[in-house]
Amino acid sequence: MLGPIAQNLVFGIMVGGLYGLAAVGLSLVFGVTKFLNVAHGELLMLGGYAGFWIFTLWGVDPFLSLPLVVVCLVLIGLVLYKLLFARMVKLTEENKIKNTLLVGFGLSLVFQNMALRLWSADDRGITTAYSGQALTLFGVRFPVVRLASLAIAVVTLLLLDLFLHRTYTGKAIRATVQDWEAATLMGIDIHRVYLLSFVVGAAVAGIAGALVSVGYSIEPAMGLEWTLIALIVMVLGGLGSIVGTFVGGLVLGVTQSLTSYWIGGTYREIVALLIFLVVLVFRPQGLFGSKEG
Amino acid sequence: MTGKRIITLVLIIAVLALLAALPAVVSRDSIINMAVLVLLYVALASSWNILGGYTGQTNLGHAAFFGLGGLTTRLLWLSAGWSLFPSLLAGAGAATTLALIIGTPAFKLKGVYFAIGTLALGQVLNVTVGDMFPMITSLPVQQLVSYQLLPRYYLFVGLAVLTVGTAYVLVNSRLGLGMMAVREEEEAAESLGVSAFRHKLLALVVSAFLAGLTGGAFAFYHVGYYPQFLFSPVWTFDALMMAYIGGTGTIIGPIIGALFFVVAKELLALRLVEIHLTVFGTLFILVVLFLPGGFVQAWASIRRALVRQLGARGVRLASRRQAS
Repeated sequence: MLGPIAQNLVFGIMVGGLYGLAAVGLSLVFGVTKFLNVAHGELLMLGGYAGFWIFTLWGVDPFLSLPLVVVCLVLIGLVLYKLLFARMVKLTEENKIKNTLLVGFGLSLVFQNMALRLWSADDRGITTAYSGQALTLFGVRFPVVRLASLAIAVVTLLLLDLFLHRTYTGKAIRATVQDWEAATLMGIDIHRVYLLSFVVGAAVAGIAGALVSVGYSIEPAMGLEWTLIALIVMVLGGLGSIVGTFVGGLVLGVTQSLTSYWIGGTYREIVALLIFLVVLVFRPQGLFGSKEG
Repeated sequence: MTGKRIITLVLIIAVLALLAALPAVVSRDSIINMAVLVLLYVALASSWNILGGYTGQTNLGHAAFFGLGGLTTRLLWLSAGWSLFPSLLAGAGAATTLALIIGTPAFKLKGVYFAIGTLALGQVLNVTVGDMFPMITSLPVQQLVSYQLLPRYYLFVGLAVLTVGTAYVLVNSRLGLGMMAVREEEEAAESLGVSAFRHKLLALVVSAFLAGLTGGAFAFYHVGYYPQFLFSPVWTFDALMMAYIGGTGTIIGPIIGALFFVVAKELLALRLVEIHLTVFGTLFILVVLFLPGGFVQAWASIRRALVRQLGARGVRLASRRQAS
């Protein structure tokens, strides 16, 4: 009786780490730029396919190819920002959120449709020589690949946290989050800060996507589900705290995993969405920003 | 009655006459089916526009109302043996009930939070229905044998007219003015005694009723589909894109958007295999970034430029005549 529950807890934590990673990118971009990029899930999808094709075509190990995936997503992020999002920097906050949401919708359609045409609707996943291996501890299985993914998620988040707190650029980003006008007056080039956060957000989404393609599977239509997951975790964790977001991811992962075990697999998503709706309704607006609250 | 009004009236009568006479002019079923699709999208996009365009509340869960209407109508009409019109009304009623239930909590969310909340709500229904009704729903054999396209076509004509008409009457009423006031500046509207919540709820309920009716008409029209299909977020996104491309917050915008969407999709699908979503997605992004008023606004500015040019020429001509 306790065995399956422990097992589900472990699986929940493992997938929760990826949820946290997916959300941190979105939350960073939203916090700094007030861009609500609902194509975030599609960036994740692109990262997943980048990892998948690097592995399939050149046989590069998915964990070793992560830097390459990051490079791909940085480029995509740069193009998207310069081409589209830079045009919305000067809008008022409300219009900025709304327009980026709409542009993100257009983007998600475009990416999804292109992925479908280029790579077909098949579920894809990376199967390495060590994919089936697992450590067993007290009767609980720890699949090696997912364990490694969790470790990479944690390391990525720690690095991001260090970057934001210890470097000058990171401090400039946090200053912009607090008050962009004051930040501008202090000589911070907020256009650079915006660009940087957007690109870092895309890169983190790429890493998350690549990890999903190793431990789980990817398909062109996965974007909406991951965007929703990222939004849910962002709301659960609160804005501005990487640790909080990561914990939010773990909470969601464990909740989903235990729901699958007790109620059934299809209700995984529903429970997550319901929690999200309840939190949204009972803590309106104050959730994302501490500034207004 | 001013000249402009007479022209509009003549145009409306011409369009209605064309719609009524269409089956007599073209006999090919494919054209009628395409017309049904246009009318369906006119109704869906116009119903979205009441809340999304005129009241400024970006509803990303519109498919839930469309789907619930379709599901209820199909169940009552096919399984419970109700006749068509009560089933359609019940479908619209179910969608309206959902709107009334979610209205109070949903409108606690402002702006983009409302958008995200409705998106999540739509997904809850989408997943639940997929789980509860996993089997395909097909018309039984005796229905298939006697399947007639024309009654279905005229049902959609009536539906589109009803939806556009309702939207027109509503937005030209005192309530419609209140809705637009809420869209422009919620706090200012409140300070003038316009209850934002009541106007939003009214817009949501009307929008949901019409979307539910549209879903019911689809359930009557379509031969076989998975019940979950009607709850797919694609319905929301299509309606939203049509409204934006045509011009949100106008009566004619969603109509133009729907017509453009279906015709362009048909043409694109023939030439370029299934990349129409890429094309529409791109077009949609361009409209949001550069042409916030859609085609309607583009046409207005072109016309203004033309009038200015022609006007200038007229003045020049007149002054020349005076000089000579």
